[in-house]
Amino acid sequence: MTSIEKNAVTGNIIEARSLSLSFGSTPALRGASLAVRRGEIVAVMGPSGSGKSTLLHCLAGILVPGEGEVWFGGQRLDSLSDDRRSALRRMRFGSVFQSGQLVPELTAEENVALPLLLSGTRRGPAMAAARRWFPVLGLDGLERRRSGELSGGQAQRVALARGLVAEPEVLFADEPTGALDSVSGELVMDLLTAAVRERGTTVVLVTHDARVAAYADREVVVRDGKVGTLTGSQP
Amino acid sequence: MSVPLTLLGLLERGPSHGYDLKRDYDAYFGQGRPLRYSQVYATLSRLARDGKAVAGPVEQEAGPERRRYIITSDGVADVERWLGEPVPPDPDLQSELFTKVVLALMLGKRADSYLDTQRAAHLQRMRELTSFKQRGSTLDVLLADHALYRLEADLRWIDHTAARLDQLARAVRS
Repeated sequence: MTSIEKNAVTGNIIEARSLSLSFGSTPALRGASLAVRRGEIVAVMGPSGSGKSTLLHCLAGILVPGEGEVWFGGQRLDSLSDDRRSALRRMRFGSVFQSGQLVPELTAEENVALPLLLSGTRRGPAMAAARRWFPVLGLDGLERRRSGELSGGQAQRVALARGLVAEPEVLFADEPTGALDSVSGELVMDLLTAAVRERGTTVVLVTHDARVAAYADREVVVRDGKVGTLTGSQP
Repeated sequence: MSVPLTLLGLLERGPSHGYDLKRDYDAYFGQGRPLRYSQVYATLSRLARDGKAVAGPVEQEAGPERRRYIITSDGVADVERWLGEPVPPDPDLQSELFTKVVLALMLGKRADSYLDTQRAAHLQRMRELTSFKQRGSTLDVLLADHALYRLEADLRWIDHTAARLDQLARAVRS
């Protein structure tokens, strides 16, 4: 059975196989493997410096591992050219990070429309698609505000809308509530999980916060650059 | 939790029948463990005997005999005092978890795998509570949050302990 066939059979949309990656002489990943099924929300946890964000960046095609393979939808991601990997990231992946990710010169709706505009969608349809997310995420009336005029929770919901506007197959979220108070963080997670479950979007969620991880279908823990599955987590 | 003081507190809202008190207790505080009617009426009788409440005259309409209970000023004072008292922090919380870790270290067994198993069980419970919150009422959310924060505190202890197992193992074996 080829690797493509194997992926199709197992139903994994994205998979890391024995990834290793070092920054200079410091190893960040040492044989990390993780398979995520289509539509699944997986929380990646672990101590600071364990390699969890590096793993996320490899899965998202932002970093290329020194060893090992990354597969997405039956296609090997890590061996693609930079241009093809970037195109795939724009078209099929979304991302949301901890904070500071909005472009301050743009309005909230322009920020949300950005992935579509960068992919060549005309401004009119891109802005219309962006505006549809504002009521979904409780952001009505904030379309024309700039990031400096938004609270932390509102800005993070705008960033979430930007991550989802292109209807990605996989959303990568790195500490999406890390800069928020508990109430705002909970609202972001409620909205994020409702939106992705409705659309069947797969989510890889890096967090150190167990209350955030509890929104996921299962958790894995990264320690010393390797992935361990917690006993009792639903596979 | 003190059932008599909770019933007395519910009674402070206004005169009530035992039936109504039981219904409200179960709705707000029962959490799947409703009070028995016999327990409610026995408690109300004791509160009346101790001067914390008084029973009104028997009312009989179409159904069975009913009495309305009224809180006394002594009862109001008890409720006020109780609401202001802190609940004693429980020093024995998770003592079994602690004991298992220390014993495993003493015996040279895998405390890390036990901690991982415990961690998974805690996270599974947190997942269930999060799902319950997303479907639940405001009161369900409040209750689930309380449980979630306590579980989170355990998890922090588990992570902190897991990060220092070698050091702890040397300490308990010396």
